[in-house]
Amino acid sequence: MVNLTDAEDVNPKGLSVSAENDADITVEQNTDTPVDEFPAEDLVFDASDLSVYYGDFRAVRDVNMLIKRKEITALIGPSGCGKSTVLRSFNRMNDLIPTARVEGTLLYRGVDLYDERVDPVEVRRRIGMVFQKPNPFPKSIYDNVAYGPRVAGRKKGLDDVVEHSLKKAALWDEVKDRLQESAIGMSGGQQQRLSIARAIASDPEVLLMDEPCSALDPIATARIEELMAELKDEYTILIVTHNMQQAARVSDRTAFFSVEVDETSDRRTGLLVEYTNTEKLFSNPDDERTENYITGRFG
Amino acid sequence: MADISIPSTSAGAVGRDPLTVDALAGPRKRARKESFIKGIFFIAASVSIIISILIVASLVREAWTFATGVEWAKTWGQNGWFPRQGVYDMPTLLVSSLIVTVVAMLVAGPLGLGSAIYLSEYASKKTRSLLKPVLEVLAGVPSVVLGFFALFFISPQVIERIGRNGWLVIGALIFVAYIALVIGWARNLVQREAGTSIGTQVKRILILTALVATALILLWWINSVAGSADPAADNFFTVKRSGQLAAAAVGVGILTIPLVASVAEDALASVPKELRDASAGLGARKMTTTIQVVLPAAVSGIVAAFIIGISRALGETMVVFMAGGAADAARFTSSPFEGGLTMTAGMASLATGTDNVVGEGLTFQSLYFVGFVLFVLTLTLNIVAGRFVNRVREKY
Amino acid sequence: MAVSTLGSSSDVTKRVEQEIFRQGSDLKGSGFRAALLATLGISVLILVVLLGQVIVDGWPVLTTNFGDFWSGTLRSRSSDSKLGISQGLVGSFWIAITVAVLAFPIGIAAAIYLEEYAPQNLMTRVIDISIRNLAGVPSVVYGLLGLFLFVKLANNGQSSLYAGGITLAILVLPIIVITSAEAIRAVPSSLRQGAYGVGATKWDVIRTQVLPFAAPGILTGTLLSLSRAVGEAAPLILVGAITGRLAPRDGSFLDLGQFGDRFTAMPIVIVGWVQESGRDAGFAAAAGAAIVVLLALVIAMNSVAVMLRNYFENKRG
Repeated sequence: MVNLTDAEDVNPKGLSVSAENDADITVEQNTDTPVDEFPAEDLVFDASDLSVYYGDFRAVRDVNMLIKRKEITALIGPSGCGKSTVLRSFNRMNDLIPTARVEGTLLYRGVDLYDERVDPVEVRRRIGMVFQKPNPFPKSIYDNVAYGPRVAGRKKGLDDVVEHSLKKAALWDEVKDRLQESAIGMSGGQQQRLSIARAIASDPEVLLMDEPCSALDPIATARIEELMAELKDEYTILIVTHNMQQAARVSDRTAFFSVEVDETSDRRTGLLVEYTNTEKLFSNPDDERTENYITGRFG
Repeated sequence: MADISIPSTSAGAVGRDPLTVDALAGPRKRARKESFIKGIFFIAASVSIIISILIVASLVREAWTFATGVEWAKTWGQNGWFPRQGVYDMPTLLVSSLIVTVVAMLVAGPLGLGSAIYLSEYASKKTRSLLKPVLEVLAGVPSVVLGFFALFFISPQVIERIGRNGWLVIGALIFVAYIALVIGWARNLVQREAGTSIGTQVKRILILTALVATALILLWWINSVAGSADPAADNFFTVKRSGQLAAAAVGVGILTIPLVASVAEDALASVPKELRDASAGLGARKMTTTIQVVLPAAVSGIVAAFIIGISRALGETMVVFMAGGAADAARFTSSPFEGGLTMTAGMASLATGTDNVVGEGLTFQSLYFVGFVLFVLTLTLNIVAGRFVNRVREKY
Repeated sequence: MAVSTLGSSSDVTKRVEQEIFRQGSDLKGSGFRAALLATLGISVLILVVLLGQVIVDGWPVLTTNFGDFWSGTLRSRSSDSKLGISQGLVGSFWIAITVAVLAFPIGIAAAIYLEEYAPQNLMTRVIDISIRNLAGVPSVVYGLLGLFLFVKLANNGQSSLYAGGITLAILVLPIIVITSAEAIRAVPSSLRQGAYGVGATKWDVIRTQVLPFAAPGILTGTLLSLSRAVGEAAPLILVGAITGRLAPRDGSFLDLGQFGDRFTAMPIVIVGWVQESGRDAGFAAAAGAAIVVLLALVIAMNSVAVMLRNYFENKRG
């Protein structure tokens, strides 16, 4: 439960939701930061004062974000600002690093993702992930897509799932005749769409994409961006990108992260500077650091 | 303005399936299965600890019984290792082990290191793919095969020949080295490029000549006088036909070559390419780069290779047992050209022959005492070698 | 120092020319290179002479009565036509099976634990250190362990095939753990991440990604350790393998009952015959013949292992 008693402050979460009672929900208009209105039921993630540590080292601090359903939210910022780290904390991929830990709260549809009862495996089945470098398994195309459902124990109807997922990922027409061939021989763009199909096959609600186009050529990138626009109808998408134009093109909302360097230890800690709708962030940012970054004066 | 409150779990459920912590908890069965599997893997990993404990426990237990039960005053300093007669003179075994290890390392050290340098610094990819397998095959040759080879080839064909003409061979080697050095310095003298004065050069030559002369005289003296018990039939280099420590040691050395080579090659490979490039960029020749840049940079790893080689040679059993020229007992010897028992061969020969020695009191426990000494020695060497290996890793 | 010895500028030119053109005749350098190559050459030579020696010694035995040598047993005279290696082959076969059944699963599982599960704590460090140190323990010491546990404590001082088998399984266990762990470490983390990313459990990831990818490396390590076990003699001598005469068993060589019986193995047969050769020179040739068989087995296993490794290394580029 987060209470903002003084609405005159810049709302750190970029948008706000208010509830007078359970049934009747309206969205407050913040005077300083224009925010969209949306019903509370569309709230997917709610991060409050989220910090991620690696051992004693704080990689990112004080992230406050509300993320809306069936939108594309972009995370941008200079390298080392912790945007990927934040993304990975959304489906607990950071758990794989033994020293990583999270402070603050991160609610997914109202449930604390870091509650000790929560199984990260279950989280990742609902919140899928696409990685920076295409990472097809050294198996057939079919087995790649069917991987998620299979580990979830599904044995029947895999053919339909594979076809459906590949169609969703705009890959079906290219590969339908060679489903049993190895995925390793595909082009980079195809491999990345396969990764998306693989993520979709687990029937997630959210897709996290960690710089999905950074290893691709411009044509393949354009196809992925097109695909994201289509997928938005069904999935909530968070994308980390180093490419500001990409964020401007595809996202509804953008979070700008910056990095502060501790002079004495030379350690870099990332922080969320500004989070608002994409159009505003790129045309009329509130924060000077954001402006410097998007106009190319920094980073 | 009114409080803005974010809906909590109960309020968030409007219009969609409600999501609860339980829904994200995953099935109990899966969690149980996962931790069960982890438990099995953990038990498998713990087996190594159990084995370590069992080794130490069995060694210490029996060795302690031996150490407290044996009459040290009577047995220490006796002229040999005769466990079945109750004579347990450890120095007999220790000195033989030392001889075998030293001779083996004289073989394995230079050959292993030279092979490693060639493979790492000089060999083209193709030569490497041809020569590396030779070392790999050699590494896989069972030690009984080397035992056979040492007894039937190295002993009669190599050691005996050297033994028969031993002082001649060694004398010739010293003389050749002397001539080479003198010629080298004489050339320096003519070219006068080393910046040293003529006096220094001449002094060097004179000192060297004196040293060589002393060595040759000493050699002659050893050859004729030291074996004076029966000077006609027996001198320092006389070979016993039944195999001898030197033959076994050469066999052990051959077994150790691939190990020394592979550890040393790893060390050389970990030297960054930039160092070599920097040296070459300054106009250094390949040999200069190798000797003055690469080898010093990899020196910890090369030391580690030698120590691991020593530990391996110390623990090698079958070659000495078969070709060391002693049966289940041995007199004290400090000559590599006589038969003897190392610690390992002593254990093997005591355990073989009559079916086994279980239950024969001190004789049985002496096995464990020797084993314990060997274990402590090799463990120490391995730990020291590990330190050296880590030093290379940390550096680059 | 160099400058002070230089005279006129023409002198300098001359020296520089000398330096540059000396490249082709770098005597010291090529001598060094030749010496290094010679060290490898000596290893090649040793291998050739060794193989030549055993083949020359053993060939007559193998060719004149090969069938008998194959099926014969340990005898007291080298001229006995029933002299042969069958008992050694059977012993080595069952020892190899014991090693495969015990050491492979435990070793691979331990490697999986260390690479995939182990937290960074004291226990993990103790396991790691003990495995590393076990790998350097001389093989006779394993023999002492086997003698104590499986002969003295478990079997009233009687030696048995299972004692030899389990002792060698313990001996190769650290090798299997270390080579398997190396193979598992080579699995790209992108595969693990990809699998975790779609909701695979740890065991799913190990089963479907890690093990299939690491399989060739693990297989190479296990094959090498198996060939080591087949060639190892010292621990078997310590646990009381038979070097002299061993009464032939009745019944099939697959009979599991022999696990409790006294036994011999290929390397032990060789040791025994080498010892007998002092009394009866004909045994030297028999030992040579047995070595040819043992070497063929061991080198075949090693070659398959090395070829497997090279094949997969090339395939993955």
